[in-house]
Amino acid sequence: MSYDALRRPLRPLARIIRAREQGENPDDIARENLRLRHEKMQKKARDRAESRLLVLGLAFVIAFGTIGARMGILANTDPEEPRAVASGNPIIGQRSDIVDRNGRILATNFDTHSLYAHPDDLIDPANAARELARIFPELEAEKLYADFTGSRKFLWVRRQISPEQMQAVHDIGDPGLLFGPREMRLYPNGPIAAHILGGASYGNEGVSSAEVIGVAGVERHFDEVLRDPANEGRPLALSLDLTVQAALEEVLAGGMTLMNAKGAAAIIMDIDTGEVMAMASLPDFDPNNRPRVLTEGDQSDSPLFNRALQGVYELGSVFKIFTVAQAMDLGLVNPDTMIDTTGPLRVGGFPIRDFRNYGPELSVTDVIVKSSNIGTGRIAMMIGADRQRDFLDSLGLLEPTPIEMTEGRTGQPLLPGNWRELSTITISYGHGISVSPLHLAAAYSSLLNGTRVTPTLLRQQGPVEQGPRIVSAPVADRARDMLAQVVSRGTASFARIEGYTIGGKTGTADKPREAGGGYYDDKVIATFAGMFPAEEPEYVIVVTLDEPVETSGPEPRRTAGWTAVPVAAEMVRRTAPLLGLRPQVELGSLDGVTLTGSRD
Amino acid sequence: MTEMVYGTAPVASGDPVLPRWWRTIDKWSMTCIFLLFGIGLMLGLAASPPLAARNGLEPFHYVIRQSIFGGAAIVAMLITSMMSPILVRRLAVLGFGIALASLALLPFFGTDFGKGATRWYSLGFASVQPSEFLKPGFVVAAAWFMAAGQEIGGPPGKTYSFVLTILIVALLALQPDFGQAALILFAWGVMYFVAGAPMTLLVTLAAGVVLAGTFAYNNSEHFARRIDGFLSADVDPTTQLGYATNAIREGGFFGVGVGEGQVKWSLPDAHTDFIIAVAAEEYGLICVLVIILLYATIVVRSLFRLIRERDTFIRLAGTGLACAFGVQAMINMGVAVRLLPAKGMTLPFVSYGGSSLIAGGITVGMLLAFTRSRPQGEIADVLGRGRGR
Repeated sequence: MSYDALRRPLRPLARIIRAREQGENPDDIARENLRLRHEKMQKKARDRAESRLLVLGLAFVIAFGTIGARMGILANTDPEEPRAVASGNPIIGQRSDIVDRNGRILATNFDTHSLYAHPDDLIDPANAARELARIFPELEAEKLYADFTGSRKFLWVRRQISPEQMQAVHDIGDPGLLFGPREMRLYPNGPIAAHILGGASYGNEGVSSAEVIGVAGVERHFDEVLRDPANEGRPLALSLDLTVQAALEEVLAGGMTLMNAKGAAAIIMDIDTGEVMAMASLPDFDPNNRPRVLTEGDQSDSPLFNRALQGVYELGSVFKIFTVAQAMDLGLVNPDTMIDTTGPLRVGGFPIRDFRNYGPELSVTDVIVKSSNIGTGRIAMMIGADRQRDFLDSLGLLEPTPIEMTEGRTGQPLLPGNWRELSTITISYGHGISVSPLHLAAAYSSLLNGTRVTPTLLRQQGPVEQGPRIVSAPVADRARDMLAQVVSRGTASFARIEGYTIGGKTGTADKPREAGGGYYDDKVIATFAGMFPAEEPEYVIVVTLDEPVETSGPEPRRTAGWTAVPVAAEMVRRTAPLLGLRPQVELGSLDGVTLTGSRD
Repeated sequence: MTEMVYGTAPVASGDPVLPRWWRTIDKWSMTCIFLLFGIGLMLGLAASPPLAARNGLEPFHYVIRQSIFGGAAIVAMLITSMMSPILVRRLAVLGFGIALASLALLPFFGTDFGKGATRWYSLGFASVQPSEFLKPGFVVAAAWFMAAGQEIGGPPGKTYSFVLTILIVALLALQPDFGQAALILFAWGVMYFVAGAPMTLLVTLAAGVVLAGTFAYNNSEHFARRIDGFLSADVDPTTQLGYATNAIREGGFFGVGVGEGQVKWSLPDAHTDFIIAVAAEEYGLICVLVIILLYATIVVRSLFRLIRERDTFIRLAGTGLACAFGVQAMINMGVAVRLLPAKGMTLPFVSYGGSSLIAGGITVGMLLAFTRSRPQGEIADVLGRGRGR
């Protein structure tokens, strides 16, 4: 309006004056102009409205069309049944199997059914609740009845039921009780390799399927791989050997009972590839029926606790071989160098003693064979704190193991806050540093191999890439020879068995008090770390017993030589044939024996 | 005040009312409305017996009530459509005043029928929802303001109408009834658009919405999840929406058959907000498409008839009424197919509900009155000059 007004005044003076002169009413002119302006404006508004109404009409056609199309799409799809959790992710049914290195099944899927209810469709809720409580004793009829008569439209009754239970529910005959197919995770071997497999439970659940997700162990670590449809259900092959694992667990359980230990762990590892052939922790559990996580108290008391991996302990004298090997590699000593073992060795007012007095001096070999703390401490003083720490780091003892289990990360070694001379000496014989048995197994593999070995739970195909060098090959060989002598004439003499040669080192460490402030006198961690066959090691074995007491003698004996070593020896005797190692047997006389197929 | 409105068609006195009505009325739209009413009764036969059973009434209680209210609605529609636009405007503004007053008094005298929102006056035998009657009145009043604003020397009508809109939206939001509030806002927006909203404002608004939406989607996980959940095909089947979606799926193209539907037993609002789900289940996609087609015909035909309209007030009021009517139907159906977030909104003329039916009748009656063919020539200009000011 304003610009129009500016352009042409309603009462143009010239016209007004002319009109006045002609005796006309000037208001007519103003009115005429006003009308013209109004008309012009109306026309403009109408033109604009015309195009905008067209746009509007088109928008409505499109919008109604969209709704119609959407109706068409919806009408063309199948109806859905209720689900407990509405989620955007489709549920993938098939979870890959887990097998051992020879393809034997460790974890697989099993078709089962879930039981759910549509309370609105129940004909006789009271009867249904009563009957269900009869079939499933863990359910309460009152609670079920309350759910059935409440406002709920859907509820799960049982997540998985057996065929017998399914038939019994069928026989109730209420149309409001429905079954949904689903798969459950089945561990056919029960508790064997329980800690490694972990367990599984349900994630997103629907009535037509349910998502199985791993909750611990490799099931959790490889959850995405196992669920990945791109794998087309190809099984996940672990490095474990089921037979070795079973034998190891059996021997370990027997040993734990015999030695009155409260817990035990054992590992057999391939020395070249780092493949874990068997690994067990006792007490264990059945992954088919995973116990609940402890909500109070010490998690390490739970059967879920994996001592081989999560348990970090001061493992004691088994560390001595690292000190000696490093000293030999640095050229500080050779196996025959005599070391001063007069005790006690005083460092910072702290006396270090040996289990027994071994005389004024011992050769380096004998320091290992007799397990002299003083001797090892003196060697460590030659090495120094920095080099010792670097060496242990190169063995992977300062970091959590990279093992393919979620629990692996929790196996964080405990290191001294201030790595000074005293720490250097105590660490040289395995005190003041806490690592897991798996750390130890990997470190022994690395040391005896000469190159860094990474522990793994996956079956390795073909030769494994060599890690960085730890010690030179001759040093590794000398270390191996010393470990063999520990068995043949030292603290691990119980490891002499028929058919196989074993080498290894014992370690008996007093358990630190939980409250802090020193160590228990009567609680030890007894460890044997070794390898077999001793001449050409193929496997490393670590056996750890928690608070063992051997009571066959007049006095209770707790040292590893009396507790862990016999268990380890039996373990090798049982598992070495399964691992394909030939026993070296001296054949007796063949008199009276006719060899079939032989030609004289 | 009538001076503000120009160009209403002259009425030659003596012309008989009914023949002229029949000659000038939009017969297609009227037919569509009758068909919708018929469909509503037919669906009511299916959808309301479960509700009647729940409330302990005889099965067709709600159907009978619907036919009574529907009959009243049709009478209201016919009478309104016979009125001249000026009469419509006067009555509508009067009605708007009453409806606004009753809306404002709702918090004091209204009831919520236990549904959590105070939207109704209980009259004993029936209940009245003032917001339903407010809508057509508001559209006419706002159109009147805007049209007046376009006159030379007229009041700032757009501003007045905007203030009025905000007031009503606030009142509705207090109930709370965000669906009706959105509808009022939308009707005003459409009228403002047709009345000549500046293009820069429209572009800025559109860009702002797109930008804000993108920003929110990228930066707010909550918002993104809402949108994703809304876009995804999955829906929790134990909700009203889930039942409605399943009903549409069950129905397929030709439906499960008359009376065979299940959804009406599960949905408390089967006879009102989710009547389209009942239609889809029992009569299939065919029925739904027919309903959509009927609404689309009414709206699009009305808009196209208004394109030729000279009179600003009629153009704006007609546009507002047609769009409010169409969008209400669209929101109702859009919710059922999950194109829109859930909002309780009736399907005009089809859903059960006395207020909704009669208000719907008045709305389309006004719309029909505004879209009647009338001379669009210079006569109005002549008249306009004759008035003098």
